[in-house]
Amino acid sequence: MDEITKLVRDYVIREYLEEGDEREITETTPLISGGIVDSFSMVSLKRFLEKKCNIQISDACATPDAFDTVQKIVGLVHKFQKAQPVAV
Amino acid sequence: MAFITAFRNRYQAEIDGIKAAGLFKEERYIHSPQWSEIEVEFPAGSKIKKCINICANNYLGLSSHPEVIAAAHAGLDSRGYGMSSVRFICGTQDIHRELENRLTEFLGTEDTLLFPSCMDANAGFFEACLNEQDVMIADRLVHASIVDGMRLCKAMQDTFKHSDMGHLQEKLQEHMDKRSRMIITDGVFSMDGDMAKLDEIVELAEKYDAMVFLDDSHASGFIGRTGRGTHEHCGVLGKIDVITTTLGKALGGASGGCVSGRRELVEMCRQRARPFLFSNSVAPVIVAGALKVLELITATTERRDKLEWNAQYWRGLLKDAGFDIKEGESPIVPVMLYDAKLAQDFARDLFAEGVYAIGFFFPVVPKGQARIRTQLSAAHEKHHLDFAIEAFKKVGEKHGVLGLGKKELLARAGA
Ligand SMILES: Cc1ncc(COP(=O)(O)O)c(C=O)c1O
Repeated sequence: MDEITKLVRDYVIREYLEEGDEREITETTPLISGGIVDSFSMVSLKRFLEKKCNIQISDACATPDAFDTVQKIVGLVHKFQKAQPVAV
Repeated sequence: MAFITAFRNRYQAEIDGIKAAGLFKEERYIHSPQWSEIEVEFPAGSKIKKCINICANNYLGLSSHPEVIAAAHAGLDSRGYGMSSVRFICGTQDIHRELENRLTEFLGTEDTLLFPSCMDANAGFFEACLNEQDVMIADRLVHASIVDGMRLCKAMQDTFKHSDMGHLQEKLQEHMDKRSRMIITDGVFSMDGDMAKLDEIVELAEKYDAMVFLDDSHASGFIGRTGRGTHEHCGVLGKIDVITTTLGKALGGASGGCVSGRRELVEMCRQRARPFLFSNSVAPVIVAGALKVLELITATTERRDKLEWNAQYWRGLLKDAGFDIKEGESPIVPVMLYDAKLAQDFARDLFAEGVYAIGFFFPVVPKGQARIRTQLSAAHEKHHLDFAIEAFKKVGEKHGVLGLGKKELLARAGA
């Protein structure tokens, strides 16, 4: 598991699972359509990624579908990391 | 007219999708006033059936109370039927001011502003009072109208796990760089019937300089020793910065809502809240009825006491019968079934036995958390509840759920 995948997965578990919730979160577990993350709480995930990965995710890309699995979220992070201008 | 076939087909396909997902809602027509016994036409066109109503928000049994009806009649005669105006043009009568003052006294706040509904109060409050420099931190189970209100506001949004004070504290710490923090919660949560830990919330708010927003729609009139609400129950009267509540449940059940709290926040709503500014004034007949409701419930706590007794009695009956219920102290008692289809079938069978209750399932409650939500009322007599429990037992037996705990019910649901 690469670093970003681990970062995202750990955050999802810490932020969204209630104590005693033993559901396993894999890279392909449906988060939003599976009812683990509601679209209302999704904003904290977006903000976390932006801060930790130093990126800006445009609102148009921050759709429930784009955030539906750890795998998709990691893909999104990679996409925006590439799009980021190199700091000088 | 340009409702072309393609448009019609598109919407029909969407409606079919809702049906296929088992999420289609059908109306049930009630041919009587709202009460513990009602006459229901369901499905549409079928013979009218008398049944016990155990799913209304008529907590205090005042929706069809003769004194409330008489006061509403008198209000109709003396102040007319409608205002044909928003409040700030020519829609404010003396009785609107009087009701706002009575609500302020009742809720123990500084000022109050009426809204067409509590949905409107919640939709308008945040945008009127907060902006980009602020953050809103809401319990994850707050009512949909609060979610909508937060979406309309430019302040940063965040959430904390339901009633998890450790998580809330983390969030408050995270947002210390904001100009202001607002903690947002329901008093009694409508789906689970549990109460916010308002005393702890107030403590955290004081520690981290945060304001507290409370939607007490499912508490105003009956929670707390004299029915002031969750803040009375938790011993924090006067410490909540904003309370929104509805006149559409315990407080007469007609319609209308309010924002009540710190003077300046209420004033900001009077100046800026769009549903207040751009929607019609609450009708005089409702204002007159609500004034009578407040008079009745401040004169005696008899109704809330009876409601409390009913809720306790009903919880005991369900537990003795072997149902899995959500523990709590409120008159909202969810009977857990976990499976959406089972909840629907269960409600249908209850109706056949003369008990009107509704199954709730995703997306109204989380997946795998389907239930029958029962709600008590001061209009219930013991014999109503004794009748209802027999129906519950019969239907419970038919579906083989009596005596099963959460694990067994989940296994049975194939989860
Ligand atoms: C917690 C909560 N807030 C607000 C509302 C909306 O109240 P109203 O019917 O006055 O719009 C409801 C009603 O369902 C509710 O349960």
